[in-house]
Amino acid sequence: MKVLVAVKRVVDYNVKVRVKADQSDVDLTNVKMAMNPFCEIAVEEAVRLKEKGVATEIVVVSIGPKKSEEQMRTAMALGADRGILIETDEALDSLAVAKLLNKVVADEQPGLVLLGKQSIDTDNNQTGQMLSALAGMSLGTYASEVAIEGEQLNLVREIDGGLQKLQLKLPAVVTVDLRLNEPRYARLPDIMKAKKKPLEVKTPADYGVDTASKVTTLKVEPPAERQAGIKVASVEELVDKLKNEAKVI
Amino acid sequence: MSILVVADHHNADLVAATANTVAAAQKIGGDIHVLVAGEACQAAAEAAAKLEGVAKVLVADHAAYNHQLAENLAPLVADLAKAYSHVLAPATTNGKNLMPRVAALLDVAQISEIISVESADTFKRPIYAGSAIATVQSSDAVKVLTVRATGFDAVAATGNAAIEAVAQDAQDAGLSSFVGEEIAKSDRPELTAARVVISGGRGLGSAENFAKLDPLADKLGAAIGASRAAVDAGFVPNDMQVGQTGKIVAPELYIAFGISGAIQHLAGMKDSKVIVAVNKDEEAPIFQVADYGLVADLFEVLPQLEQQI
Ligand SMILES: Cc1cc2nc3c(=O)[nH]c(=O)nc-3n(C[C@H](O)[C@H](O)[C@H](O)COP(=O)(O)OP(=O)(O)OC[C@H]3O[C@@H](n4cnc5c(N)ncnc54)[C@H](O)[C@@H]3O)c2cc1C
Repeated sequence: MKVLVAVKRVVDYNVKVRVKADQSDVDLTNVKMAMNPFCEIAVEEAVRLKEKGVATEIVVVSIGPKKSEEQMRTAMALGADRGILIETDEALDSLAVAKLLNKVVADEQPGLVLLGKQSIDTDNNQTGQMLSALAGMSLGTYASEVAIEGEQLNLVREIDGGLQKLQLKLPAVVTVDLRLNEPRYARLPDIMKAKKKPLEVKTPADYGVDTASKVTTLKVEPPAERQAGIKVASVEELVDKLKNEAKVI
Repeated sequence: MSILVVADHHNADLVAATANTVAAAQKIGGDIHVLVAGEACQAAAEAAAKLEGVAKVLVADHAAYNHQLAENLAPLVADLAKAYSHVLAPATTNGKNLMPRVAALLDVAQISEIISVESADTFKRPIYAGSAIATVQSSDAVKVLTVRATGFDAVAATGNAAIEAVAQDAQDAGLSSFVGEEIAKSDRPELTAARVVISGGRGLGSAENFAKLDPLADKLGAAIGASRAAVDAGFVPNDMQVGQTGKIVAPELYIAFGISGAIQHLAGMKDSKVIVAVNKDEEAPIFQVADYGLVADLFEVLPQLEQQI
């Protein structure tokens, strides 16, 4: 079975993101970029499926700027066999990304598409769900366990109340949550080898997809700052403050 | 304008965040209808009918809608949506699972986790783990939104709307099926609706130690939350995670024990009214958002606090 994994280049999760003075966007000049942490988990799961003999080929796809090649090479070092970069410098909305991925799905006919449940920049949590609708595929979001048996995928999902088990018919779209696995690090020899793996570069126009968004960002502001608090010296003082100052207990 | 709110529910009861979503719909303004799609979901429909501001409750009762599987439910919502200017759902795991699939069927964008309504087409939402707030405007014919409950005060349950069955030819898409679930049972208030939340992090050290939060939570009638590190380490189940990728809470009082205050955790609790942090590291970033910080060993603080409250 062929597995398609989508990855996104985003700001590193350790970076403290700030807003530009003109409030047009966040300021990402010279900040460290990385693979979205949820995409790392998706790549790891694909690699594990290959190690189990379930996946026969892993195709990594990314939609973003030229530099996304860095993250795609990382995915290849971890075990992806080849890559497709749909290059664009525009920040596409989830619907446009899902439409492009749907074209790749039509070309590649994967049995399973793995994506992160959300990217930590826009925090949208939409792309996998949208792709599943466009491709008419089954959907499993927030996966914490994935097992494939024949034409079925047994899934455990993290939901508000706890865990839910579903059975999905393949081909399926699965978005992954934090506890699905712990991604490994790429080894140096594999990083070298990954440089030689095939990476096809396309544009949204190649797929004939209109990527214009109907949603415009008018303004990006910093969140309301909390008033600086105080340190209390003892439990007695804390209880006194909570009772008599904050009046919350 | 007319607004469809897709209720989150468990057939027998309504998920509280639905009432906050109706409040967001009121801010947009217009006729508000609530869809309750499930199986044997009359009780949830009756609860929805009580929500203030709701003009009508639509019930779609069919086996295919049980467990709110997106593949079966999205076509129904997308079909109904054509008669509305806005479709809203709470940003619960059910709402987040369903709404993008609805939006894609309608060929419109979906706007996630709005925290305020500026006008009928303009909304605010947090991005980058709440490090920034974006104001976005949509020109889509139908606006599909999920609503962050902490951004809107729930409407009261004093209404009395009409309940109507939706004419539908429900079908099981045959793509996925429900196998089972493990739902955490607790006598404590629900995490996202609790007045007081007590959270524990890696500093608690083990599942046994984590239970040391219970007596204090009992005394305060509090819900218990956790950091990702505490969940990953297996101290507590996933449904207790607070943060960017877990639950968003904004209680009157949030007490963090042994939590360092990573941005991803703060994203889920920094809108709490009063924040207390207990941490033995005086440099821990949690102190930057805490109204009251206590630099101490949590294992010494817990029994004292329980006694003195
Ligand atoms: C993609 C992504 C998503 C994430 N989503 C979330 C999320 O939703 N929620 C979340 O919480 N995290 C999330 N994280 C993880 C986050 O970055 C932090 O790793 C996590 O919050 C740390 O948890 P912690 O504070 O319990 O642990 P630590 O950072 O290890 O902090 C433990 C704290 O306990 C204190 N301590 C230890 N012993 C004691 C004692 N005896 N008494 C008092 N204090 C003590 C220490 O001083 C320390 O400050 C996410 C990370 C990523 C990459």
